[in-house]
Amino acid sequence: MSGAEKIKVKVTEITPINELVTRFRFTQINGELLPTFSGGAHTVVEMDDGGITRLNPYSLMSDPYDQSSYTISVRRDDEGRGGSLFMHNNVTVGDEMTISYPVNLFSLDLRADKHLFIAGGIGITPFLAQIKQLERFNGNWELHYACRSEALGSYVNVLTDRHPNETHIYYDDQSQAINLVNLLDGQPLGTHVYVCGPKGMINWVRKTAEDAGWPRDNIHYEEFLAPQPGKPFEVKLATSNKVIQVGEHESLLEAMEREGVDAPYLCRGGACGQCETHVIGYDGQFIHRDHWLDDDEHASGEKIMPCVSRFEGKTLVLDR
Amino acid sequence: MAKFEFPPSILSRPVWGRLEARSGKSHLMIADAEGAEAILDIATPELMENTHIIYIPKGANHADKLRALAPAQFYEGPSYDASVQRIRRVLSGAHMGLQVYLTGTESLMGQAMRETSTAGIPHSAVQTEHRGSVARRMQCVHCKGITEDVELDPFVCSHCGLNLFVRDHYSRRHAAYQGVCVDAEDHGNIPEPKGIYE
Ligand code: FES
Repeated sequence: MSGAEKIKVKVTEITPINELVTRFRFTQINGELLPTFSGGAHTVVEMDDGGITRLNPYSLMSDPYDQSSYTISVRRDDEGRGGSLFMHNNVTVGDEMTISYPVNLFSLDLRADKHLFIAGGIGITPFLAQIKQLERFNGNWELHYACRSEALGSYVNVLTDRHPNETHIYYDDQSQAINLVNLLDGQPLGTHVYVCGPKGMINWVRKTAEDAGWPRDNIHYEEFLAPQPGKPFEVKLATSNKVIQVGEHESLLEAMEREGVDAPYLCRGGACGQCETHVIGYDGQFIHRDHWLDDDEHASGEKIMPCVSRFEGKTLVLDR
Repeated sequence: MAKFEFPPSILSRPVWGRLEARSGKSHLMIADAEGAEAILDIATPELMENTHIIYIPKGANHADKLRALAPAQFYEGPSYDASVQRIRRVLSGAHMGLQVYLTGTESLMGQAMRETSTAGIPHSAVQTEHRGSVARRMQCVHCKGITEDVELDPFVCSHCGLNLFVRDHYSRRHAAYQGVCVDAEDHGNIPEPKGIYE
């Protein structure tokens, strides 16, 4: 069985945070304590959406040391593939669900002298857990959080109440923007910067920091990549000896799972590297969308990350 | 001066690189002796505008050439120990975006690397280039004393007097290679000393 180990949980609380974001609380069905995790970890939530299995990763936002329950926040995406809509429309208190053990691809570097957090929108969630973790050790941190508007500023009040000195909020609709060049400029040696939010924001922070001479090891990012729809395509799986069709609204990984092929995965978002698959042959073009392979590997035509990447063309043969 | 190619060794042994000018807010270059030549190789007027050079000549006569590059700040120290306070002060006031360049002997690079790591710069982000003497800074594993500028193997520990064999095992924390007693089993049986790389 691929993926991290599973935990059976019950939904014990559903809290609307604002027009788009809802918080879900899970406790273990057997009444036992949940595993602790480290700030930045996510869990993969399984959804049975009318026969389609959806597996979506969500950052854990609760206190990493609180083993009584986990919380996640789900932003409703009306244009998305349906996972967030399922959570918003179909899940009710008392439901039993399956989630994965926490997996952390966005952990704090605890050697840092200072942690500088930059969040955009729902990208705030991993930082909520990291802040709780750091507060236990009196860690040195600072948060710069950009939201669309006051009405959509998830957890802004909690943050500014509890951490007025560390929290800085920027509202897009009031034309407030993070002055990143200045912000990075004054940071003491040993600062690590972490960014989670939309792709544009991640790229902006990475590029600005690298241009200012920040070491790569001091720049951390996590992007919520969801598989994108695309043209249907056919894949031959050499090891399983199967020819499968990947539909417009499913990922290559999901299509393999639907066909009963046990393909490895962890993050399902192009970040962890677990699903890396060797290409045996192809005639066509890859649509690479992951953060795992480097540019040369993307160009080589030898590897694909089936959780987020697609293919357009005549034939694709994978070693799976 | 030709660059010395260190023979391949165990993983513990540090691997030195080659300096290149990088983009950054400010630059700190620390060199001893022939390391000055590596700085001269990459210096440009723009780079020097934001560069602080700390140089320990160790008998070499490159200080004037470095001064002529007109770096933003130049400090010439009589020894590493006499310069380390200066290095710490520069690092404690520095901000992210500082680029660090270390060049010269392994002893200088290792000790300065210890300071930059303590200051929070990952060692992968610090550039190095070996120039000049291949002598080593050695720590005696028995008495823990440090002997500088060791050129021969085996050598006599300057603290406890044991005859030590020069190992490639390196301690980042001590910025020193480890020296192990060469005649512990068979007292007095000491091989003829020769150059470390001979
Ligand atoms: S499952 Fe993590 S990169 Fe594909």
